[in-house]
Amino acid sequence: MQELINRLKELIADGTVVRAIGWKKGDMPYNPEPAYFEKPEDFDNFVYDGFCGANLSKMMIEAAKLEGKTAVCLKPCDTYSFNQLIREHRVNRENAYIIGVGCRGKLDIEKARKAGIKGIKSISGVDIEGDGDVTFDTVYGQKKMAYTDLMLDRCHVCKGKDHVIFDEVIGESKDTGDADRFEEVIKIEKMTPEERFAFFKSELSKCIRCNACRNVCPACSCRKCVFDGVKFDSQQKANVDSFEEKMFHIIRAFHVAGRCTDCGECSRVCPEGIPLHLFNRKFIKDIDDFYGEFQAGKDPEAQSPLTDFTFDDLEPKDAVGRGE
Amino acid sequence: MCDCGNNKNQDILVPHVGIITDITQETPDVKTFRVNAPGGGKLFEHMPGQCAMVCVPGVGEGMFSITSSPTNKEYMEFSIKRCGLLTEYLHGLSVGDEITVRGPYGNNFPVDTELKGKNLLFIAGGIGLAPLRSVINYCIDNRQDYGTIDILYGSRSADDLVKLKEIKEKWMNTEGVNVYLTIDREQEGWDGHVGFVPAYLKEIDFSTDKIGLICGPPIMIKFVLQGMKELGFTDDQVYTTLELRMKCGVGKCGRCNIGSKYVCKDGPVFRFDQIEEMPDEY
Amino acid sequence: MYSISKENLNSLYSAIAGSYDLFMPIKAAGQTNYGFWTEGAEGDIDTLKTIKSGKDAFFPQVEQLYTVNREIVPADVAAGDDAEKAADTPVRTKLKVNPVKLVDNDFVIFGMRPCDVRAIEVMDNVFLTDPVDNYYKSRREHGIVVALACHEPEESCFCTIFDIDPADPSKAKADVATWVIDGKLYWKPITEKGEALTAKIASVFEDDADADSKITNEISYIEGIAKQLPNADLSLEGWGAGKTDEKFKSEVWDKVYKGCLGCGTCTFVCPTCQCYDIKDYTTKDGIQRYRCWDSCMYSDFTLMAGGQNRQTQLQRFRQRFMHKLVYYPTNNDGMFMCVGCGRCVEKCPQSLNIVKVIKAFAENK
Repeated sequence: MQELINRLKELIADGTVVRAIGWKKGDMPYNPEPAYFEKPEDFDNFVYDGFCGANLSKMMIEAAKLEGKTAVCLKPCDTYSFNQLIREHRVNRENAYIIGVGCRGKLDIEKARKAGIKGIKSISGVDIEGDGDVTFDTVYGQKKMAYTDLMLDRCHVCKGKDHVIFDEVIGESKDTGDADRFEEVIKIEKMTPEERFAFFKSELSKCIRCNACRNVCPACSCRKCVFDGVKFDSQQKANVDSFEEKMFHIIRAFHVAGRCTDCGECSRVCPEGIPLHLFNRKFIKDIDDFYGEFQAGKDPEAQSPLTDFTFDDLEPKDAVGRGE
Repeated sequence: MCDCGNNKNQDILVPHVGIITDITQETPDVKTFRVNAPGGGKLFEHMPGQCAMVCVPGVGEGMFSITSSPTNKEYMEFSIKRCGLLTEYLHGLSVGDEITVRGPYGNNFPVDTELKGKNLLFIAGGIGLAPLRSVINYCIDNRQDYGTIDILYGSRSADDLVKLKEIKEKWMNTEGVNVYLTIDREQEGWDGHVGFVPAYLKEIDFSTDKIGLICGPPIMIKFVLQGMKELGFTDDQVYTTLELRMKCGVGKCGRCNIGSKYVCKDGPVFRFDQIEEMPDEY
Repeated sequence: MYSISKENLNSLYSAIAGSYDLFMPIKAAGQTNYGFWTEGAEGDIDTLKTIKSGKDAFFPQVEQLYTVNREIVPADVAAGDDAEKAADTPVRTKLKVNPVKLVDNDFVIFGMRPCDVRAIEVMDNVFLTDPVDNYYKSRREHGIVVALACHEPEESCFCTIFDIDPADPSKAKADVATWVIDGKLYWKPITEKGEALTAKIASVFEDDADADSKITNEISYIEGIAKQLPNADLSLEGWGAGKTDEKFKSEVWDKVYKGCLGCGTCTFVCPTCQCYDIKDYTTKDGIQRYRCWDSCMYSDFTLMAGGQNRQTQLQRFRQRFMHKLVYYPTNNDGMFMCVGCGRCVEKCPQSLNIVKVIKAFAENK
C-alpha cells in the first residue's frame, strides 16, 4: 500500500496528474469510502485493503471532465468496466492515468455478519499482501475466518489477474476464481417455470427501490434515467404488489445486456442482498451461446454482438422455445 | 375572521371537488379560473397571500396562490400561467369541468397587524401579480384601514399584463390608490411607461414611509429589493412570497424547506429580514 | 413475570395473530424484514436489525389516500356551461372523491428495538402536530408496540448517544417490554394497551419466579457491552437547534459528500426519514391517489419547472444531514432526527453515513 501511496503522491508532485481517486479509511475497519486525493496530507487517510471492493471506474465519468488528469486505482476486474466506458464514449481516456492495483479478492462484511461475527473493534489479515486468515477482534471475543470464506461472491468467479487497460501496475494480483461463473445461472435454467417464478418473486419482493444498483452500475451511465422521468408511471414509486419491482430490474438488465462486464457491483451494494447479477449473467451466457464467447470491456475496439449485425446472426425463432 | 378550521373533519390530504364557473383569458399564457363548490358558494375561506393545492386527478397537483380577495364572498379565483404539465392541462379545461382543491395553506400577508394603518407599496412583475391582487383588493375593500396604496406593475408587454380591466376600472378609480404600469419594450398602442420594474421604481423615487410587498420572477425580486434599499428601505419593511416544489402543503413531506422553515407552512409570505436569516438555498 | 420458551414462540405468534394483525420481523429469502405474520412464516427475533426499520407499521412505503371517480357528462349550457366552448368540447368532467377507510383494527408490532421505538416519537412530532395526519394517527392509535431488548448490540449501533437504552425496553415508549434470555422470552406489559394485549394471550405464558433477577443481569450485561462499542462516545457537540448558519456554511460538506451515489438506501432503511411523495395512478376504474416514501437524495425531489432547487448532490447530501441534526432539532426542542440504529452505517453502498459526517465535522473544528 505504501508503494501505491508514494507513487500517487509522486504523480501529483511531478504534475502528471492533478488528483487521484482511491479509497479513504473508514471509521470502521471495514468501510473505506471512494474518495478524491489532492494534497499530500490527504493521503494520510488513504487505504487499500481487502475491503476496497468499490469499482472506481464510474467515478471517472465526472472526474475525466475536470481540469487536468486524474489518476484512478483500478483492480483487474474494474479495468473491464473502464474499457467499456471508453467504448461508449463516456470517459475521456486522455484525462485518466490508470494505476492497475493488485488484488487477491475483495471482502464482504456481510459474510462475517452471516457467520455471527458482530461488535467488531478491529480486523487484521486483510492487507493487500499476505495469505493468512482474517482475525476479528470484537466485544464478544476474538473470531477468525478464512480469507476466501469472507470474499465477495463475485471474486469466486474472478475474471483473472490481468488488468486489461492501465498506465502502470502496482502490486501482485491473484486469480481467485474457484467456482463456475454460470453455475448459478444453469441451476435457475433447470428450474421449472413455476420454480423459477417463485425464486425470482421471493428475491425481488425484497427490493425497496433505493436505486443503489442502478446508481453504482458503470453501465448505467445515462444522464437521465427513464425511471427518473416524472412525467410517466415508469418512475414506479408505488407498485400494485411487491413483485412489480421485477419490471425495473428486468428493464435494467435488458438495457445493460451486452455492455455489462459482470463487475458484480449491483449485488454488492444491494441492501436486501438480492443476487441481481444473475440477470446480467444470464444475458452473458446467452450471448456466449448464441454469438460466441464475448466479454464486454475486454477490448474497447471489439464490436458487441448486440449492437452488430452479421448474416450468421441467430434468428429469433431459434432462441424461443428453449427451456422447454 | 378566518375560519380555515372549517374542514377539520376531513383529512388534510383529501381535497374538495370544485367546479370551474368562469375562465378569463388574461394574456396569451395566463388564464384566471373562477372556482365554486359544486352546489354553489366558496369551497373554503382564506386570508390574502394564502395558497391552495389545485389538482387535475391523474395529471398532477400544484400549489397556487388564491388571487381573489377574502372579501369576495361568492367565489375563489386562481390566475395560472401555462408552463408545465399540470398548467397546460388546466388551460384546456372548460367552464363546467371539475377539479379538486385543498387548502388554504400557509401564512398570509399581515393585513390585520403589521400592515394596518400603513402606506403600502405593491410591486409585481408578470404573473407575480396573482398573490398580491388578493391583498390589494382586500385593502381596497377595507380602504379605511390603510394609508396610501401605490401599485407598480410591469410585464414583458402590454398583452402580458394580468387583470388589466380590474386595474383600470377598480384600482385606478379608488381614492388614494396610485397605479404605475410599465412594460419591458416599446409597443404600438402603448403610451404608458416603458422599462424594467426596478428602474421605474427608482425613477418614481418612492418615499420610505411605506411597507413594500413584492412578487415576481426571482431576478426581478432581487433587483427590486436592491433598488428599494437604494431608496432607503430596510429589509424589515419589505415582504415577498416564495415558491418551491410542494407535495403535501402542510410541512410534512419534506421538500419545500429552506433551513428549518417550510415554505408551505411557515411561508409563503416572508419578510426580507427573515429570508436573510435563512441558508442560501433559494 | 410472564415468560415463554423460544421453541414455543410460534404459539405466541399464533395467539397474537388470533386477535390482532401481527407485524413483526420475518425472515424470507435470506433477509429479515418486517411483515405481517401468517401461519408458516419464519418469525425472526434473533436478527438484531431488520433491513428496513419497522416504520412501515405506521408510515407504510406506499399507501392509498383516496380514489377519484371521473365521469364524463355532456355539457349543460342551461346550467351555466360555456356555450361557445360547448360546441368545441361538448363534454365536461365531473369528479367524486372517495377517501379510503382509515385503519380501525388493533394490530401488534412485535420485536421493535428501543431505537426504532424512539423513531416513532420522532415521526410523531411530524405527523401528529397540527395539522394532524389522520392516516398516521389512526395507525398510531391502533398499534400496540412490543419492544425487545438488544441482546447483543453491534458495532454499528450508537443509540446510547441519544440516551436510548438498548438493554431496557421498559424505558422506551412501548406498550410491552420483552427480553430474550437463555432461550426464553420474558414479557412485561407497561401500558394499559399492553395489559389488554397480555390478558388476551396470557394462556401461552408460563410464570418464571427468577425473571426479575435474570432481567436485571441481562440489563447490566447489555449496558456493559454498549459502553464498549466503538461509537459509544460519539459527540454531538456543535449540532442541534439553532446551528444552521454555522453548519450550513461549512466547507466540510464539500469533502464528505463526494462519494455519494445519490441512491436512496440511507433514507429507505432509516427509521426516522419520513419525507414522502404524493402521486396519482390511473386505472380503468378511476384514479388512485397514493403517498409513498421519497428521498431527498433523488434529483427530482425538489425539481421545479425552472430547475430549482438543490440541484447538486452536495446540496442534497447537506440537506439530509442538516435536517437530521439541525433543522429538525430546531423545530422540535432539540430532539435529533436520528436514533443511532446504524442501518445507514451498514447499508450505504459507498460507506458514507451520519457517523462519518459527525466525525468529519469534529475533526475540522
